[in-house]
Parts: sequence; structure tokens; C-alpha cells
Amino acid sequence: MKRAKTLLLVFTLVMSMVIACACDSKKSNDGNGSNNNTANTSNTSSAKIKVGVVNNPPSESGYREANVKDMEAVFSSANGYELKTAYSLKNDDQLQAAQGFITEGVDYLLISAAETTGWDEVLKKAKEAGIKVFLFDRMIDVDASLYEAAVVSDMAKEGETAVNWLLSQNLPEYKVIHIQGAMGSDAQIGRTGALDEQFASGKMTKVVQQTATWDEAEAKKIVESVINSGEDFNVIYAENDGMAKGAVAALDEAGITHGVDGKVIVMGFDCNKWALRELLAKKWNYDGQCSPFQAQIISDIIQGKKSITDKKIINEEKGFDAKTLTQADIDTYGLGE
Amino acid sequence: MDTKKKFNLSLGQLTIPIIAILILVVFNLIRDPSFFSIGITQNNDGNSVLSGNLITVINGASELAILAMGMTLVTAACGGQDISVGAAAAIAGSAFVKILKSGDSISVGTVILAFLFACVVAMIFGAFNGTLVAVFKIQPMIATLILYTCGRSIAYWINGGATPTVQSSIITAIGGFIPGIPVPTPVLIVVIVAIIFKLVFHFTSLEILTQSVGINGSAARLNGINSTFIKLLSFIVLGVCVAVAGCIGVSRLGLINHETLLIDIEMDTILAVAIGGNNLGGGKFKISGSIIGAYVIQMLTITLYAMKVSSTDVKAYKAIVIILLVVIGSPVVKAKFEKLMTKLRSGKAKETVKGAE
Repeated sequence: MKRAKTLLLVFTLVMSMVIACACDSKKSNDGNGSNNNTANTSNTSSAKIKVGVVNNPPSESGYREANVKDMEAVFSSANGYELKTAYSLKNDDQLQAAQGFITEGVDYLLISAAETTGWDEVLKKAKEAGIKVFLFDRMIDVDASLYEAAVVSDMAKEGETAVNWLLSQNLPEYKVIHIQGAMGSDAQIGRTGALDEQFASGKMTKVVQQTATWDEAEAKKIVESVINSGEDFNVIYAENDGMAKGAVAALDEAGITHGVDGKVIVMGFDCNKWALRELLAKKWNYDGQCSPFQAQIISDIIQGKKSITDKKIINEEKGFDAKTLTQADIDTYGLGE
Repeated sequence: MDTKKKFNLSLGQLTIPIIAILILVVFNLIRDPSFFSIGITQNNDGNSVLSGNLITVINGASELAILAMGMTLVTAACGGQDISVGAAAAIAGSAFVKILKSGDSISVGTVILAFLFACVVAMIFGAFNGTLVAVFKIQPMIATLILYTCGRSIAYWINGGATPTVQSSIITAIGGFIPGIPVPTPVLIVVIVAIIFKLVFHFTSLEILTQSVGINGSAARLNGINSTFIKLLSFIVLGVCVAVAGCIGVSRLGLINHETLLIDIEMDTILAVAIGGNNLGGGKFKISGSIIGAYVIQMLTITLYAMKVSSTDVKAYKAIVIILLVVIGSPVVKAKFEKLMTKLRSGKAKETVKGAE
């Protein structure tokens, strides 16, 4: 008995270690910010442009993962840059990291802030030090004189791009099942807005509009309930890829055809690689993306290839049509694996 | 009156869940009789399969029913609940997918191996919870709060941060339909799990042992029952249930999203146990009650969906119905009801006596 207890104690401790490891591995991703990750810094050439990037950690989402990779690819030493990165979900850590970059003396500071407030001081210091600041992905509540330009996404435009594509399909009628993301999130508001306009104008009919809070299984339930009620529909507009997959599972079980040449048009968002492959297989019709690729635009500005007319630069949103999608698109724009 | 009383007696613990499901059935019959229509449709894989709201209910409640069975055992033995089942299922599901994706192609062998691996992983985490509860005497809800908090992070870690997808006809068959069988596979799995529980209870004394540990752990120990082991065992059994539920959840869509897989299911599971008339403080239990409880919850959800209640409101409506059910099922109301019954009966008896005079 005594020995058994000791064994169990050891077991518990081991499990705690496992849990600690799991939490740690996450933390080490999140926490890089505090100990400015300079692993990919090379001090070989002084002619290189020094760029400090303060970003959210890649573990935040597939979007961020692609965003971080894009930054690393564009600001590579091959392209004449020396990149320093700091990732954190915490505004404080980010501020500290930015301070660090200023002290180190980078030429450019690129920021995607965790929070919109608290950046005045740091940006003023940067300006005094003659460091040019670019904001990407997210805006900050500061005077526009403190930064060169902000390359951001317009969530509403993303919805518009998708809805315009849908309108261009010239269906005789639009009976839409609209599966929303977590209510109140930026992505949900942007992706819902344009479609709501169409419902209001009467161009499209709302069969059902429900939130599945990004949950695939919930999306499936919503579509199943419509199928069971016998109501007719010909468009599924899901606000992310996972929910579109859930909806398609319901269609498959009910024997309803979908995709190119199918009865139901399937639309998703995020452009995960696996979702784009569904498009390539013509099982889905459209996938929209809130573009995580701002690096090239900023790089062009730095190198003088692009001039700034408006400080707020809206990043072009991508949308892919199953009919025109190529494998190359998947490799370039797809998120995840 | 007499028949009602008999009905009450014969069903015992199951009265509330059965009445609840009957009310839902009658409500739906009045609302829209076509709710119960069952049809056979050709699905996109070319199989003839059953379809309709009822099938959706029974199919959709599968994970919940399986988890409720395990949870009943934990509840009975420990007098508390495991709130980490959703997170643990995400871990098990991630482990399942990890093995599936390790090879080039997915064969039946890989799936079995992956499932066994998921079981082992979930059992280890179950044993971890169980050890905290049984050996270190930590309250179950606190002990499992640890895994509840960090479980999905662990799943994230296993997945490597992505939402991996698996594409295989075998996985589709597990989460959907086996070619040639019109009944959804998850439903069949529930039946198999229920039969296994039934057989185990029939051939071993686990049921009695669990009950006696739950009613009075020290008394049970004095009678030579290893109550620590029984409690630990109940958590390990729940671990297996978690692995089964997690694997079904993953197979349904061929995708593991560590954030959303079986999200909030722990609360529904505990509710299913409560609606099933089981004492949440441990002791006597009926697994069948919890299974019915699971279907009650699912039927309620699907009914609300069929009524086009907004999915943000569904939870509020669900809460109202569940408050009613739990209050009606509470010992206080039951005692009042029985008192009323005897009063009525004695009144009637007096009348008949009077009439005779």
C-alpha cells in the first residue's frame, strides 16, 4: 500500500511535469518578447537595413503564423535586411521589446500591437531617435505623425469582396444559410456586414442566420436543422473554414451536392491550405482571406519602390474562386499545412 | 392515481428523465409532427442512410451519452464531477490525429493503433485526476480544474499549433456511416459502450463496490473494499470514455480544432447525470438514467434549433428548462409531492369509507 502510494505520488509529479512542459512550450512561444529573440540576427554586414518587428506570437492563430513567416521571408538577409523579432500577446512585453529595439538602434520599427493604447511614449522616443515606425495589421491610438504608415486590413472589405463574388455568380435566386463566428469579433462583424446589406435590400434571402462561435460541430447542427426542416437553400456562407467544413459534412450526409456544378455554393474564410485543397477539388466554391501579407508593402516603401499617399494603407484582400484556383496559389497563400 | 403511483414506483430514479423526454416529444408533436419524420436518403458517398431530426438527436448526442456513462461512475464513486472531460477529449483527439498523420496512408490498423494510443493517453490523464482525488483527497472539481485549464493547451502542443485535417474513408465511416449500414456509426458505438458497461456490471461487482464507496467510503474500507482503487478506477474508466468521445468528435469532420472540439461538453455531461436522477453527491446510480439525460439535452437543443431560436439564445432557454427539471427532481419537491399524494389518497380512502357507511 505504502509503495503504491509512493508510486502514485511519483506519477502525479511526472504528470505535473508534462503539464508544466505543455504550458511552458506555449509560454516560450509567447514569452519571446521579454527576452528579445535575436536568434536570427546576423551582424556580419553593417550595410544591411536593421528592422525590428514587434508582433503577436505565431501560436496565436493560423493568420499570425502566416504573418510571422511572411515577415521573416521578406525581411531576410538575402533581401538586404537584418531582422530582429519580438513576439508577445501582452502589451507590456511588446512595449519593453520596442524600447529594446530603440536602444539597440534599429532603422525601422514594425509594430502589430496587442492593445491599441499605451504606445505614445515609445513612439515619441523612436521619433527622437530617428527610427521610422510602421504599423501593420492593427492600428494604434496615437497621433498619425508618430508613424510613417499603417498597413492594415479592412475587415468590412473582406466581406464585401466575398459578397461581390457571390453576386457575380448571377444565380436566379440566393437562399443563404449564414453561419457566423463568435459574435462581436472583428472578423465576424466584417464578414457579416456585407451580407446583411444584401438581406436588407432583398437581393438575397436569409434562410437562417446563426452563430456557431467558430465551432465546426455547431455549424453542422445548424445546417442539419435546416435540412430536416425541408427548407430550400443554395448558398452556405460560413465565416471561417472550419464551420464551412462542418456545414459540408451535413450536406454530405444528406446527399446534397455542393461546390462547382453542385446544388449548393459553399463559401468559407481564412484560406487554410486544407480548405483551398477542397476548392481545388471543386467541392467548395470560394474562400476569402483577411490577408496576413503586409511585409512586401512595407519593404517596398522602405526601399522607395512605393510612395505613401495616405498613411493608412488598406491591404488588398484576397478571395479565391474554385474555378481559377491553382496549386501555386495554395502554396503561396494557404495558411497552415 | 393508483396507476400513477405504480408508474412512479416502477421507474424510480428514471421518472424525471423519462417524463422530460415525453414532454419534449409531446411538445414537438403539437408544434410540428413532421419533426419526427424519418426518411432514407442517398448520401454523397452513395450509401442509403437514415435522416431526420430524430436521427440528428440520437446521432448528435453520442459523445455526450458516452461521456455521461463514465461521468456517472465518477460521480457515484467520488461524490464529485470531472470538469476536464472536454479538454481531455481534445487531448485524446489530438493524440488520435497525431498517430493517424504519422504514416503515409491510413489503414484499419493505423486507426486501431491511433485509437488505442488515444485511450492510453486519456487513461493516463484520467489516472492523474483520479490520483489527485482518491489519494490526495482533493475535491474532484478542484482536482480536475487543473486539466480543465491547461488541457486545451496540451492539445495545442500535440497538434503543433495547427488544426490538422485527416482525409480517409475509414475516418468518415467512423464519424458518419459505414457503407451498407443506414444507422450512424456513433450511435452504434454508444450501443457497444452501453453493452460493455452492462456486461461489466453483470459479471463483476463493480456496481455494488462503487455504490458502497460513494455512500460511505470509510465504511466501505472497513468492509475490506479498497476505496482508493475504486475511485481511481472510475476516473480511468471515464478516461476511456473520453478517448472514445474524442475520437468520434474528430472523425465526424476529419478535423481537430483544439479550441472547439467538444467545447463546453463537461457541463452538459454533468447535467445529463443530474437529469438522469443520479445523486451528484455520490452513492446509488443508474447509468441508463444518464444516457436518457444526454438525449434529453440533445433533443432540447435540436428542438430549439428547429424552432429557429438564435443559437446565442439557445443556452438561455436550455438553462430555463434544466432549472425546472432539476428542481422538480430535487428531494425536497419529491417529498412534498409524495406527501400530497398520500394526503389525497387518504382523503379518497376516507370518502370511500364514508360512502360505505
